[in-house]
Amino acid sequence: MWFPVAIFLAVCIFIVLIRLFLGPTRPDRLVGLDTLNTLIVVSMVILGAAFKEKIYIDVGIVYALLSFVTTLFIAKYIEKSKF
Amino acid sequence: MILNIITYIFIGIGCFFNLMAAIGLHRFPDAYTRLHAGTKCTTFGSMFLILAIVIQSISAWVAEGISSPQSILTLHAVIALIAILLTNPTSAHAIGRAAHRSGIKPARAVVDDLEGKNHD
Repeated sequence: MWFPVAIFLAVCIFIVLIRLFLGPTRPDRLVGLDTLNTLIVVSMVILGAAFKEKIYIDVGIVYALLSFVTTLFIAKYIEKSKF
Repeated sequence: MILNIITYIFIGIGCFFNLMAAIGLHRFPDAYTRLHAGTKCTTFGSMFLILAIVIQSISAWVAEGISSPQSILTLHAVIALIAILLTNPTSAHAIGRAAHRSGIKPARAVVDDLEGKNHD
């Protein structure tokens, strides 16, 4: 039941990756990275429900918090740079 | 039975909104509207996908009792949902503020109300 959902989320991740590579400005790439992180966390939770292993969901929680800090610091870096 | 149907409906809603987020990143013209598509839709879609897991484990509780091994997994999934709900709007706000301060104009905008205001 959960494996098709995980494959679907992988397709969404690839569509978002195209924007991450194409994005004309730096905030566009950062938006793509943020969306990518959320989709990866959700797919980790879905994989944990599929394999019935809760360690995947723990990996997802830690990934969510670390990617939040990463996004904040990249935003701080973009804020200082003028176009 | 009815819980299975509700689970499939929630999976459908979650997958639809995640796909809308991925498509909206390509269809919108500038960083702010892409932020609108990419952050809100993924928050809503992941909320419904994890609610589907919770409802699936409720049907497991009905079958096997509260001590089934899926209870711990559901608790971890809800903690992951809380982490997403706390971090995703905050990072969206940070990205929008950084994009505006680095000098990007909204596409096809006529008036920018925050022009020249640089206070914290």
